[in-house]
Amino acid sequence: MSFVLSVNDQAHIIEDDGETPLLWVLRDRLNLTGTKYGCGIAQCGACTVHLDGQPKRSCSIPLKAATSSQITTIEGAEGEEVTALRNAWGAHDVPQCGFCQSGQIMSAVALLRQNRTPTDTDIDHAMSGNLCRCATYNRIRAAIHDAAAQLGQPA
Amino acid sequence: MMARLPTLWTWRRRLRVGLLCLLALIAVVGASGLIYALYPATMPETGPLHSRLLPAEFEHLRSVADFNGITDPASRSIAFFEEAGRVIEHPRCLNCHPRTDRPTQTDDMRPHTPWVTRGEDGGGAPTLRCSTCHQAENFAASGVPGNPKWKLAPIEMAWQGQTLGNICRQLLDPTRSHMTRDELLHHVMEDELVGWAWHPGGNRQPAPGTQQEFGALIKAWLDTGAVCPQ
Ligand code: FES
Ligand code: FES
Repeated sequence: MSFVLSVNDQAHIIEDDGETPLLWVLRDRLNLTGTKYGCGIAQCGACTVHLDGQPKRSCSIPLKAATSSQITTIEGAEGEEVTALRNAWGAHDVPQCGFCQSGQIMSAVALLRQNRTPTDTDIDHAMSGNLCRCATYNRIRAAIHDAAAQLGQPA
Repeated sequence: MMARLPTLWTWRRRLRVGLLCLLALIAVVGASGLIYALYPATMPETGPLHSRLLPAEFEHLRSVADFNGITDPASRSIAFFEEAGRVIEHPRCLNCHPRTDRPTQTDDMRPHTPWVTRGEDGGGAPTLRCSTCHQAENFAASGVPGNPKWKLAPIEMAWQGQTLGNICRQLLDPTRSHMTRDELLHHVMEDELVGWAWHPGGNRQPAPGTQQEFGALIKAWLDTGAVCPQ
């Protein structure tokens, strides 16, 4: 069966039975390897992408359920929140091994798009599904606060 | 003097023989230990946990007709609700009727991982919705269960830690259940998220019986005066 998938504003035709997790379509068919495989069972957040702007675990979405959405991966993430987070991530030297970080950033982007002044609790609520084996949590929190400060209140 | 020498010799020989025996014993024990430790043993095979291999067990519910023997109407009503309670108190149902803001999961009703919170509408925090992971259907590849309506029951409908009698009174109280009796019946008979409990996917154990049988018990309970257990 053919499926049309819109990823980072590009349409792709994928031959599949529709049950392949979106994660593997992105990584193996489209070579978008910025999205990582951590657990495959929606426990770690490494595979986080956006479907119509909402963060989703791509390991837990069958291809057939993703065809009607605009998919954004870390490769295609852009906008002022992304720029602010990229700067803050660099300034705080957030990543250690880096494996979890694309998922962390995708969740953080979605958070800042919804909430420009997140408290620690807001950050906990948004980020608790993203695990980091290197325990960079404190730096992630600091960098999100920093990015929020850079962005300021929406006009 | 001459008479004591042989005794001394004898003791020294005995000591030597004794020490040799001890050394031999140590050598034998050491060698056997080494052989035991180094002998190539078959390693246990890795494989799925035993429980993963068991097919999900199906439990039956007694039908309404099975209660014909109870003549006292109040006792009959209570008996209907207690039988329906086997569904209500099943982990498939209780897991999403927590008394905190956090659901539980598995038959052991462990705290949900990742850490999630109910949010305003029971569907999760705005930035970590249930639908981040739970899709419209159960998904075999990740093992994550799903339903289009996936969310927690309202906190006023917390069932965990409640007696069946309290749950019963809660269901009948529209300020907590947010349902009239008709709506309650419709909810248990038709609601697709309620229906998920009998089609939980993976090797999760379904709730006992079927949604129809459960609905029939609730209807029979309401029709007989909706009496609650203590
Ligand atoms: S790989 Fe998807 S949540 Fe871990
Ligand atoms: S930086 Fe290594 S897992 Fe997060």
